[in-house]
Amino acid sequence: MKKTALVLLSLVFALSTVATGFAADTIKLGVAGPHSGDLAPYGIPAMKAAQLVVKKINAEGGVLGKQVELLIQDDECKPEKATNTATKLVTDGADVVLGHICSGATKAALGIYKDAKIPVMSPSATNPPLTQSGEYPNFFRTIASDDMQAMLAVDFAINTLGLKKIAVLHDKGDYGKGFAEFAKQFVEASGKAEVVLFEGITPGAINYDSIVGKIRRDGAEALIFGGYHPEASKLVQSMKRKRLDVAFISDDGVKDDSFLKVAGEAAEGAYMTGPKDLSSIPLNAAATAAFKAEYGADPGAFFQEGYSAALALLNAIEKAGSTDYDAVNNALRTEYVETPVGKIKFDAKGDAEGVGFSVYTVKDGAFVELK
Amino acid sequence: MEYFLELFFGGLTRGSIYALIALGYTMVYGIIQLINFAHGEIYMIGAFVALIVAGICTIYGMTGISVLILAGVIAVIYACAYGFTLEKIAYRPLRGAPRLSPLISAIGMSIFLQNYVLLVQTPDFLPFPSLIPDFAFMEPVAYIIGSPELVILVTTFVTMILLTLLIKKTRVGKAMRATQQDMNMARLVGVNVDRIISLTFIIGSALAAIGGVLVASYIGQVNFYIGFLAGVKAFTAAVLGGIGSIAGAVLGGLVLGWAESFAAGYISSDYEDVFTFGLLVLILILRPSGILGKTRKQKV
Repeated sequence: MKKTALVLLSLVFALSTVATGFAADTIKLGVAGPHSGDLAPYGIPAMKAAQLVVKKINAEGGVLGKQVELLIQDDECKPEKATNTATKLVTDGADVVLGHICSGATKAALGIYKDAKIPVMSPSATNPPLTQSGEYPNFFRTIASDDMQAMLAVDFAINTLGLKKIAVLHDKGDYGKGFAEFAKQFVEASGKAEVVLFEGITPGAINYDSIVGKIRRDGAEALIFGGYHPEASKLVQSMKRKRLDVAFISDDGVKDDSFLKVAGEAAEGAYMTGPKDLSSIPLNAAATAAFKAEYGADPGAFFQEGYSAALALLNAIEKAGSTDYDAVNNALRTEYVETPVGKIKFDAKGDAEGVGFSVYTVKDGAFVELK
Repeated sequence: MEYFLELFFGGLTRGSIYALIALGYTMVYGIIQLINFAHGEIYMIGAFVALIVAGICTIYGMTGISVLILAGVIAVIYACAYGFTLEKIAYRPLRGAPRLSPLISAIGMSIFLQNYVLLVQTPDFLPFPSLIPDFAFMEPVAYIIGSPELVILVTTFVTMILLTLLIKKTRVGKAMRATQQDMNMARLVGVNVDRIISLTFIIGSALAAIGGVLVASYIGQVNFYIGFLAGVKAFTAAVLGGIGSIAGAVLGGLVLGWAESFAAGYISSDYEDVFTFGLLVLILILRPSGILGKTRKQKV
């Protein structure tokens, strides 16, 4: 073991002397995102993650024997700036790009990268069409898209629980209604189940008895609810009081300790989607520790996703054996890589498989992750 | 038919909850023509006191109906103290002022009490234990109407009858009616007007507290904002039925509850509030003083 390390180390030295001679012979990792302005807190952690990853990989001998060079560009999350940023990165000869951070900026920049044949990976752009439209075969992401929760909830209801008639309710808010609309769309698209009821409920109402009666009348076997815990608590309580026994499936807004406390017994057996528990992944803790050692603070938003994206991009180049666009794209879709968000590869559309959310259930007054 | 019954009783429960809170509103309005906007906050404070008492009782191992009664009684005492103080601080100094002044003062007290509870208690939702036990004999029809609903329904109607008797048949009630008709004249014939008004507030607050305890126990959650939400609906019910009229408050509450329940059940719960308030506008156009309201002759 020690010997190989020694060999690697000497290799690094040998290569670094070469690298100074031929400056062009590096792998260029572009990093784009907001590094100044209001939204900088969303961009800086991913940038620092890239720096940490590159430092580590370079110390271990680089990629394909070459050192990795970072090209960092600020887009302030503004679409009009993002196109400039993208052009600059393309001109500077970036091989792959980590970014952008905001969905709007990402969308604006993607066309430029596509024409230049550069794979792009965002740690944070969650807008569903970015991958689902199929317009950007060069785009990947290490975060789940906005509709992922709804997709998971519907898949769970239809394929795991095997239910055919589904009622979808929401609290008329942006978050809840968005979730419910995606859920409705996925149920209809599945062809295996139907939406028997789709309605908004009034937040803060005394009870939801009439809607519960309606669910019974329409013969629904499952209730998918988009919203937050106060209404969810009242819904499950109304269901218990009205002796309606159907599966209750909801979202991350319900996966809150208040739901357990307030709904009490009525919460038992309810299902909800929520972010995966990543604390057991060794790389996750290692990445956080590396950040703390370097900067003496906790990493911010999208740090783990940024770290994962940098690892995934560089790993793909390594596996592809070159920076050739098709080879790298293919490697991203076929080769698994260990990252802080789990062992991932990317699906045909560019979403990381197995990233994001899990289904939880309430058992004995606690949330339990269903594997 | 079963679905209709479910909606009917669902609306009845909702309606009687609105009515229970509306009774306090309408009574205070009936005597001194003041819309006590802080009524909802007294209801909320009643629920919080009951929650604290129920918590203590549970620690001492008490269960079931005894907790409900003890928590209810203490909540009522507390709420009465609040009502009494409220009237003394916020309304009595404005007795001779134009009618808008005490109204604004009432809104101020409502905001004050909400924020007071927010600061000293918590901004979060707290679980409220269901103090009303499930009666076994209700089980076959429990999906239509359960025991907590039944208790609320009975309480509302009993309260309505007792309140009517109090105002129509007792000496105090006579004094209240006299105060309502003409404050100065009542004073001349020996009615202690200040005391009668204090008493009105105390009874109104007691009703709010009873409502708070029962409704919180039925809904199962409380926070500082519940009084405002319930207050808006109860106020609507009182106006719908004819503010100032005891039977009107109950009728208004029931109409409101049914409107909501049937609108949600037969049309769409998306439009629940649209239909409800549409109905309010319609009734007020046809009968400006509410369903059972009397049109008062204006003195010229």
